[in-house]
Amino acid sequence: MDYMTLFIQQVINGLHIGSIYALIALGYTMVYGIVKLINFAHGDIMMVGAYTAFIFMTTYNQNIIVALIIAVLFCSILGFTIEKVAYKPLRKAPRMWALITAIGVSFFLESTVMVLFGANPKPFPAPQSSLIKIGNLQFSQLMIISLVLSVILMLSLERFIQTTRLGKAMRASSEDAEAAALMGISVNKTISTAFIIGSALAAIGGVLFAVAYPQIKPMMGVMPGLKAFIAAVLGGIGIIPGAVLGGFLLGLIESLTKGFLSAFWPDATLWADAILFSILILVLLIKPSGILGKNIREKV
Amino acid sequence: MKFNKILKSALFLSLISTMFVGCSGGESDTIKVGGSFDVTGATAQYGIPANNGAQLAIKEYNETGGVLGKQIEYIFEDNKGVQTDAASAYKKLADSKDVIAFIGSDISGTTETIANLAKEDGIPMITPSATKMEITSIGPNIFRACYIDPTQGEILANFASAELKAETAAVLINNESDYSVGIAEAFIEEISALGIDLVAEVNYAAADVDFKSILAPVLNTNPDIILIPDYYETVAKIAPQAREIGIEGTFLGGDGWDGVTEMIGTNATPINGSYFINHYTTEDESEIVQDFITNYTAEYGETPNAFAALGYDAARLLLEGFSAAGTIEDSSTVVTAIQNIDVEGVTGRITFDENRNPQKSVAVIEIVDGQNKLLTKFDSSAK
Repeated sequence: MDYMTLFIQQVINGLHIGSIYALIALGYTMVYGIVKLINFAHGDIMMVGAYTAFIFMTTYNQNIIVALIIAVLFCSILGFTIEKVAYKPLRKAPRMWALITAIGVSFFLESTVMVLFGANPKPFPAPQSSLIKIGNLQFSQLMIISLVLSVILMLSLERFIQTTRLGKAMRASSEDAEAAALMGISVNKTISTAFIIGSALAAIGGVLFAVAYPQIKPMMGVMPGLKAFIAAVLGGIGIIPGAVLGGFLLGLIESLTKGFLSAFWPDATLWADAILFSILILVLLIKPSGILGKNIREKV
Repeated sequence: MKFNKILKSALFLSLISTMFVGCSGGESDTIKVGGSFDVTGATAQYGIPANNGAQLAIKEYNETGGVLGKQIEYIFEDNKGVQTDAASAYKKLADSKDVIAFIGSDISGTTETIANLAKEDGIPMITPSATKMEITSIGPNIFRACYIDPTQGEILANFASAELKAETAAVLINNESDYSVGIAEAFIEEISALGIDLVAEVNYAAADVDFKSILAPVLNTNPDIILIPDYYETVAKIAPQAREIGIEGTFLGGDGWDGVTEMIGTNATPINGSYFINHYTTEDESEIVQDFITNYTAEYGETPNAFAALGYDAARLLLEGFSAAGTIEDSSTVVTAIQNIDVEGVTGRITFDENRNPQKSVAVIEIVDGQNKLLTKFDSSAK
């Protein structure tokens, strides 16, 4: 295989994993945009989504599409409930309190799943897929389906935010929650919507992740959750196109260091995370509000 | 004043208790064997079966009259897979329970801790499954029932050359795991001596989930065999992704593969036709293996895996050592007896080399239709 093919192959890989990061990053960024809360339990919602699909596919013998829809519904309700029970009572409290609560919710979800299903990883019954070959390029159909699905979801979310009343309300609340409330926008409703949509996307991300890497365990959400959070920060937290851009960038950098750079420098695979985080630090040094972030001057 | 009183009485009490302990040591009419495994922590899936296996062996000896006319008392302490817990488990058993032999632990980290303490006491200690090379070099009283990682690498290289007629090989290495690096290095050294070309060497990190990118060099060089020296969990992640991007070579692995057929799920196509070596297999027809499987299943309600078999053999090696030594009073006599032992175990006929590593046969297992099938028994000493 020549270097060009290798490069294209890794770009496809990067887009695939990047699309999953982007889906999860959207949830982080929407919630942050409105309530200024970094919801650390978000990665674990993704894990719950994967487990829900797993249960419906193994115990109730549903196909993956039905299982995916159930996972989305379940996680939406879960996200809604978590916000009402754990975050809403703390909305007026110092921001640190809510952050610590989010970490608590994260541990709670992980432990619950661990108690219910055990700490051992379980094989995820991913559907079989055939290889697509174009010249020297090879990739699986699942990868393409997953990528296309993520892109469609992102586009629909963007349309929802730009055109619907609820979407406009969300944008208004994110710009200035108090002024939006004065204009008659129900802040509670917009916050709930952000949590429901974010959790639904996380559930889809979780199922796509489990299909791509067919093994699920209670801690599976931690690393992708963290990387999605970084993607959101990289793109500019609170900005929806930023999360998408950050997710794809992260996936591409990761995949190209591991798969392409390693052809010239064998140790690159081990340095992948270090390279990734160095880029993050660089971007934040040059532009602290993220790639698409607006510089907001705070009045002293 | 009051504090002084409490302090005094506490001191007095502890003095008395040490006196009692001192007395009870010599006149015991049971053989006290200490044991420590991880039965509740992250590596409990190794510790539980190893502990069960050891207990089964001791129970069987007790039912047939014990050793040297004495019953064996197994005193167990959990170590949660944590080194500090392992140290306190050993100290508790050695100092206040007066154990005269020790079985444990399951993984290399905790075993090393215990071995360093046991070296001071000089009591015979045997680990069923810790594979790190340096452990038995800690002291002349430290033994193990399993073969070490480099041995696995050598055996796999010889098998690839002799049975698979491989000409090119790729090696995937988990750089954060001593186990993976140990097997891989020995394998690479051995294949170069055997004339197999190493065409790709790929490093990855323990937490990696995406291997499609990393595996690109393997796809490019299209090797005959691909060594994946890691545990079943990771193997079940790597193998399907390797097949997905179109890698066609035969996968090889070590004893960490035990359990991969359950982990891979319903679609076993990626690992079918792979080979790995293991300490024992339930397919072995020999009487001692079949008896062990029957008794273990009756006792614990599940089929014993390799860790159970190694735990069983470890306990037997220790007890046969006492029996050969003819005494329980003198630790050094018992240690010498174990060093010169020759026992037919579940995991093969075992003798010890000068580094107290076992010399025994290995089972080569082929995965056929998602099932482990015993292909052949490969003798490590006759390579």
